[in-house]
Amino acid sequence: MNAPAYNFAYLDEQTKRMIRRAILKAIAIPGYQVPFASREMPMPYGWGTGGVQVTAAILGPADVLKVIDQGSDDTTNAISIRKFFGKTAGVATTTSTADATVIQTRHRIPEAPLHAGQVLVYQVPIPEPLRFLEPRETETRRMHALGEYGLMHVKLYEDIARFGHIATSYAYPVKVNARYVMDPSPTPKFDNPKMDNCPALQLFGAGREKRIYAIPPHTEVVSLDFEDHPFTRYRFDAPCALCGAGDSYLDEIVTDDKGGRMFVCSDTDYCGSRQSAGHRGSESAAPHKERAHG
Amino acid sequence: MAEPQVSLHDDQPLLVADHLGKNYGRLTACRDVSFALYPGEVLAIVGESGSGKSTLLQLLSAQLAPSAGRVSYRMRDGVLRDLAALGEAERRFLFRTDWGFVHQDPAQGLRMAVSAGANVGERLMAVGWNHYGRIRDTASSWLERVEIDTARIDDAPRTYSGGMRQRLQIARNLVTEPRLVFMDEPTGGLDVSVQARLLDLMRNLVSELGLAAIVVTHDLAVARLLSHRVMVMKGGRVIETGLTDQVLDDPREPYTQLLVSSILPA
Repeated sequence: MNAPAYNFAYLDEQTKRMIRRAILKAIAIPGYQVPFASREMPMPYGWGTGGVQVTAAILGPADVLKVIDQGSDDTTNAISIRKFFGKTAGVATTTSTADATVIQTRHRIPEAPLHAGQVLVYQVPIPEPLRFLEPRETETRRMHALGEYGLMHVKLYEDIARFGHIATSYAYPVKVNARYVMDPSPTPKFDNPKMDNCPALQLFGAGREKRIYAIPPHTEVVSLDFEDHPFTRYRFDAPCALCGAGDSYLDEIVTDDKGGRMFVCSDTDYCGSRQSAGHRGSESAAPHKERAHG
Repeated sequence: MAEPQVSLHDDQPLLVADHLGKNYGRLTACRDVSFALYPGEVLAIVGESGSGKSTLLQLLSAQLAPSAGRVSYRMRDGVLRDLAALGEAERRFLFRTDWGFVHQDPAQGLRMAVSAGANVGERLMAVGWNHYGRIRDTASSWLERVEIDTARIDDAPRTYSGGMRQRLQIARNLVTEPRLVFMDEPTGGLDVSVQARLLDLMRNLVSELGLAAIVVTHDLAVARLLSHRVMVMKGGRVIETGLTDQVLDDPREPYTQLLVSSILPA
């Protein structure tokens, strides 16, 4: 690759300014979807083009970047985005949640608590929480402007009528700062409470839909619900098979074609650091083979 | 907003149209329409296709801005206000609480992909109801009132027959206890026996709830059954107005005479 042909962090400075302006506006109006001139990125839509542009716009040479995909640091998407910024920005990368200053994520919020000064960048496929009930963009924008959110409860009503409980388990709608209803991207609803009053800045980028929105640090984020069907988190009722954690969000892994399965932490950094601290689950192998690779 | 309902004096009009007109370029869809509608009164607007009925209904319900004149509505606090002076938020709030709008095509007035219960409950949730059990109970009692089997509360209206859809649309509109309902050809496209049942239902609901209604129809039988007063429109003008039986039994204008005489004898 001919490195000098690229600006720092791939995007040109004018584009970064444009994206930063959108980000500032998004921070000023928590939960509001700010349109921006999304660029073509060297990856397909759906792979995180929105998140990558936000990350590119906020990244500085001193930043330490962590990228996760479904909580994992070592899936294709996470590795290629981490490499992308390693090459085009030359920033340090890490898999440790505590050490990172910028964390780009698809579908998870890390288990380890975030701290002030960190930025969590979400990749968002469909930013509009009302979209599936109201297909017209003109109408949904008007509904946001006037704060008409009855429709969001229609979706939850339908869940209860059909399944007996609120069956929406990801992209669970939240109300930010008691004003805008927001789609927290397809994170599991298990992670919703982590958004509330979070000390880190949370930025959301939707590349195909050309929207940026944000939750500033220490902002109130409330998951919508009914009085008689309150919001609940969901988690498989099992400890992690590798580190024994009883509080983390779990992935179900099918191990054979006879119904065998195991549950492991979806957050690989959390699981790895627990194992190196000596925690063991039912399926742990020898510790030297289980070390997380970075 | 849960303001206590101020008892209205029935001698004060609910809705006042004042020299209303609408032009589309040089085409005049509607001109110089003035009338007052009183609480509990049902007004039918009749006329053939293209006579300006639907335009007038849209003007009255603030979906179209008039080219001339104005529409005023007495809000729940008793103050008569010009609809054009209301903010969009107020207008939309009015539209889903104090008003109802029954479309000819139920697909326009319903969410066809969500269940009947959610269709009826939507307006309640829009005004802040946040208790699933209560929303559902209210929805099922309304389904009963419009003679829909409550066992079908979780079915989507696209699985309903035409008559059921129209009844569901009425329940959806009436659940917030509006004071004024606009109806655009509410029985259009339904077969005669279903029409009769629907008209019977609407007549009962209107008198039970003391609703005021403005019904646009080309079907004089609908006007006769539902309305107290009739306005006959032709070429965008109101040519004759009066009590329903008076206009239909003893029409004055030649056009109204033609309209009345063109009903097929039963």
